[in-house]
Amino acid sequence: MSNSILEGVDAAGDDTAEKTAENTASPASTTVMSMQQALNRALDEVLADNPKAVIFGEDCGRLGGVFRITDGLQAKHGVQRVFDTPLAESGILGMSVGLAMAGFHPIPEVQFDGFAYPAINQIVCQIARMNYRSRGTMPMPITLRVPSFGGIRAPEHHGESLEALFAHVPGLKVVSPSNPHEAYHLLKYAATRPDPVIFMEPKSRYWQKGEVDAARHDTGGGSPTGAKVMREGRHLTLVAWGAMVSRCLQVAELAAEDGIDIEVLDLRWLKPIDAEALAASVRKTRRAVVVHEAPLTSGLGAEVAQLITQSCFDTLKAPVERVTGFDVPYPSGDLEDEYIPNIDRILFGIQRVLEYKRG
Amino acid sequence: MDTLLPVASGGAAGPLTADELRELYSLMVAVRHLDTSAIAWQRQGIIPGYAPELGQEAAQVGSGYAVDTTRDFVFPTYREMGVARTMGVDMVAYMSTHKATWHGGLYNPMESRLAPIQAVVAGSVLHAVGWAHGQTLDGKDGVALTYFGDGASSQGDVHEAMNFAAVMKAPVVFFVQNNGWAISVPTERQVAGGSVAARAAGYGIPALKIDGDDVVAVLEATRRAFAHARSGNGPVLIEAMTYRRGPHSTSDDPGRYRSLDEERDGAGTDPLERLRQRLLADGIADEAFFAEALAAAKAEEEQIRTGIQGLGSRPGSEMFDLVFQETTPALQAQAANWREESEHV
Repeated sequence: MSNSILEGVDAAGDDTAEKTAENTASPASTTVMSMQQALNRALDEVLADNPKAVIFGEDCGRLGGVFRITDGLQAKHGVQRVFDTPLAESGILGMSVGLAMAGFHPIPEVQFDGFAYPAINQIVCQIARMNYRSRGTMPMPITLRVPSFGGIRAPEHHGESLEALFAHVPGLKVVSPSNPHEAYHLLKYAATRPDPVIFMEPKSRYWQKGEVDAARHDTGGGSPTGAKVMREGRHLTLVAWGAMVSRCLQVAELAAEDGIDIEVLDLRWLKPIDAEALAASVRKTRRAVVVHEAPLTSGLGAEVAQLITQSCFDTLKAPVERVTGFDVPYPSGDLEDEYIPNIDRILFGIQRVLEYKRG
Repeated sequence: MDTLLPVASGGAAGPLTADELRELYSLMVAVRHLDTSAIAWQRQGIIPGYAPELGQEAAQVGSGYAVDTTRDFVFPTYREMGVARTMGVDMVAYMSTHKATWHGGLYNPMESRLAPIQAVVAGSVLHAVGWAHGQTLDGKDGVALTYFGDGASSQGDVHEAMNFAAVMKAPVVFFVQNNGWAISVPTERQVAGGSVAARAAGYGIPALKIDGDDVVAVLEATRRAFAHARSGNGPVLIEAMTYRRGPHSTSDDPGRYRSLDEERDGAGTDPLERLRQRLLADGIADEAFFAEALAAAKAEEEQIRTGIQGLGSRPGSEMFDLVFQETTPALQAQAANWREESEHV
């Protein structure tokens, strides 16, 4: 790989994916909407389909949530189905456990990622374990929505990436959508599961528009719990989730100008991870870079790298590279762009892999 | 403290009948005997550990007796054996938690109306609020009864639970067994203001501070609280003042933090003996009845011990099978690997 690929890269603008989507012909069931609208629509339909589904949290009711994800839902479905709670995350999650025991499907919201920390005891010690503790008699069909990751110049504890923490806890499942279509379908799927799912919404992507095909449950192959190839390529696989997927798609477009054909795999489910999809992609490309916003050490990138190594050791051309946030507390907005993997850093990661020499 | 809760009318029964009083005694003897036997089981190596409730029989039997298992739900800690027994839970299945068979016990919590045994201090108090709010949403009249202790009252979740319940007017009865000790720390080093019940006023929750060693007082207070909550008036807090006469657990050594004299003074009169004297004085029971109750308790303990001794380990596959309702490929792979390497199949 020559350095030329790194020249002329514009780190600003992150809308390649949307432009690509708009250029393709759309079936009749397709609507263009933002991720915020897609999530709102999914919740509306979940409430309509399941009389036992209830949405609650801080400012979820009249306000419609600080990101307006629950906008209008209280007015439409009533104050019993969509309600505000006192401002206490442990209370919200602990209450979810009791509601689940009483036969409800709670869809609580934690207002921001970092606000999940005060609720960790209820999430880890109660929600994740109750099915096990009760020997399967008390399932916890709880869909915990967490506006996640960084990129919006927000205050402290509003830009955290908690996927590794949640994925490490037995009894939890973790998923993150990358675009409006994924958001709509993954939330509808998660909110009908009998197990607890942490639904990590990439808040920096809430207002990006994209096509949502309501009739098409899955594309790109695989099951609803599988990963999804967002762009096919032959030379290297970029593995990402949440907001990093669109950035990786942009990187792939830039690399293509230099003849580097990159595959972008949206992992979607961070637990369980679709190991087969990882293997299938990297067996073909023989090179992989995993990209995430969370800190490097013990991040999910390590898990992904190990899964790839396990299945593709013989065919790998280079060690799996990680391009991630750093082992630092998530910085203030001024330094956010230095922290979150940007196009340059992802390209450098790609370069390291492509230029790797054995021995 | 009692003044905060108006004397309930409908729903709270009148004076206890002689049959009820005798049944309370029989239950307390059964619980006392099983409890003290469980310590012996631990010493004999039948079970690895136990959290005794010696001295709290009145608080547990009296409150558990008020539960209507057709509509209410109970949220215990790890020290509510007396409540479980009073509610009619399968005691082999309950005591299996102390055999280290399964953390939550082997009983079916949905059918028993008793949530799984809870090891997290104050862990289930919020669950009671959620369950109770579910009753409101469903238009049902069940009441959630949640237990915690003076030590747990220091946990933030108790504050959140009381605030949530009061804001939502959830039908919850918060039942505090103030047994004087959180392992080695006495109530005066634990509870600022000297009383958990006093805190209820801050949430606008009516509270009853009662003699937790008087089973009749406990039952009557709990019935009043249930009637209040069931009528849509929101939560109630009961602080039952009692004394943990035994160690925190079979691994504890109270001699390191309290003297025998202090124990004697703090414990007061044995709640079981108090009920016995009362029944004798009122001519409700005689020595023959007490002897019969003890014999029944012994027979019951023997049956439970036999059941516990006969309880084998759960199959290791349950480790994997009971994590999720819908398992994952990774978990299936780990289970297959475990089976191959540990069972050589």
